Amino acid sequence: MSLRGRGAITGIGETRYSKRSPHTAFELQIQASLAAIADAGLDPKEIDGIIPIGITGAPAEAFVTNFGIPDLRFSALSPMGGASGIGAVQIAIAAIEAGLCKHVLIPAGRNVSSGAKAGVRIHQMPQFHLVTEYELPQGAIAPAQLYAPMARRHMELYGTTSLQFAEVAVTMRAHALLNDNAVMTKPITIEDHQASRMIADPFRLLDCSLESDGGAALVVSSSVRARDMPHPCVQVLGIAEGHPDSPSSITQRGDLTRLGIAKAAPIAFEMAGVSHSDIDVAEIYDCFTYIVMCQLEDMGFCKKGEGGSFVEGGRLRLGGPLPTNTHGGLLSQGHMLGINHIVELVRQLRHAGGRAQVAGAEIGLVTGYGDMGDGAMAIMQRG
Amino acid sequence: MSTQAEAKPIPHPTPDEQPYWDGAEVGFLRLQHCAACKKPRHYPQLVCPYCYSCECEWVDATGRGTVHSWTVAHHAFHPAFKDELPYTLVTVDLAEGPRALGRLDPSAQAELRIGLPVRVTFPRNAEGTSLPVFLLDDDA
Repeated sequence: MSLRGRGAITGIGETRYSKRSPHTAFELQIQASLAAIADAGLDPKEIDGIIPIGITGAPAEAFVTNFGIPDLRFSALSPMGGASGIGAVQIAIAAIEAGLCKHVLIPAGRNVSSGAKAGVRIHQMPQFHLVTEYELPQGAIAPAQLYAPMARRHMELYGTTSLQFAEVAVTMRAHALLNDNAVMTKPITIEDHQASRMIADPFRLLDCSLESDGGAALVVSSSVRARDMPHPCVQVLGIAEGHPDSPSSITQRGDLTRLGIAKAAPIAFEMAGVSHSDIDVAEIYDCFTYIVMCQLEDMGFCKKGEGGSFVEGGRLRLGGPLPTNTHGGLLSQGHMLGINHIVELVRQLRHAGGRAQVAGAEIGLVTGYGDMGDGAMAIMQRG
Repeated sequence: MSTQAEAKPIPHPTPDEQPYWDGAEVGFLRLQHCAACKKPRHYPQLVCPYCYSCECEWVDATGRGTVHSWTVAHHAFHPAFKDELPYTLVTVDLAEGPRALGRLDPSAQAELRIGLPVRVTFPRNAEGTSLPVFLLDDDA
């Protein structure tokens, strides 16, 4: 049995993204969920499956209570950091296909301005135990510091440059300027990137994603039902998750330049029955600029080591051959754990992408990346 | 900003992990070796991933290796590290096979490259934790 074309994203919802929200993480999750459920044309009581996202995700019970859901038939978790959203979509489609439930809510939301930054949050997570025990005491604390050696190794082996990272950062910012719900509102240049302060060499400030407050949510239903729902059907053609070698310690990973998505991508492409040249638009998890080019390699858009030159020449820009992160991404729209990437792909395939719409987009892909290299990707199609 | 010095995070070893830290305290990089198939592994874990034996022995490594990758920290994500900026974290391929993460001694900074021969020492910090610091391995 394949999940090809069985499930669809039938509802999307987002709050405003900002650097500081007066609302709690749970309020933001509720607001985004109500928006997504309304977008799907459903009443909250029709939700019968819930997969909360992230360590700030409220338990399914909190949604049952607040929405008065009478008969929740399914709940689960996908603990893969920024890959959790696509992991959750995969779980939701499998559960719906198995007849466990009909409409699955995937809520996310965070208020990081009021609480701990990423460098503190990750150490509360059990999958970071080895890092917390052996690396944190040395001052290897935040994701920037843990991922930087992957990028440095890539640079030393393949000649990848900071100017190539800058291409990614500048492209994401240009796209964010077309988005009315983007945290970053001023253009940046390659020179701005190069002048931004070093955080964890080779990552400069403008290589790093934002810390944002906000909420985003999805509703997943069967493709059959989706065709009777309000919006054009956006069905999931191919979907897979992949875990990197040594998922609990980047230090011990045989190949530092290979992420979990390298294992997921062949499965997702084969399931979808499409090739790379069929992809009209891509929403690629961009916690750091380098992670975008590494995923492009691992998905097979170019060979290992060629990601740097691949992103040059405006390839990822709107109007280029592979328009990427049309919403501005985690680097410039806001950091909503990649749920905003899924929302944006659905919007593009509904042809509701506003000023950032890729004309005639029919097939697109979205990726997630989390923890120490967990990966997930989905290929979606309009219709 | 803060006048009160903030302490660095310290490890909280389980009994299974304690031998690593006991080794560090006396200046040795102590690695788990499977008692059955003898293969070394790091970081410490319960089961041998090759033969699934739960029995292990702790063996002092040579402490020698070569640089696999690195990062230079220019931003302190924890206030206790602010005074040490910039500092270099090196990922090292140990002679025994597994890797270790440690600080690079500033005296080796100018030489930093993939493949640079290094050897480990375990100076004790203000919190009383003995942590790996790699020096140039002049004998390599």
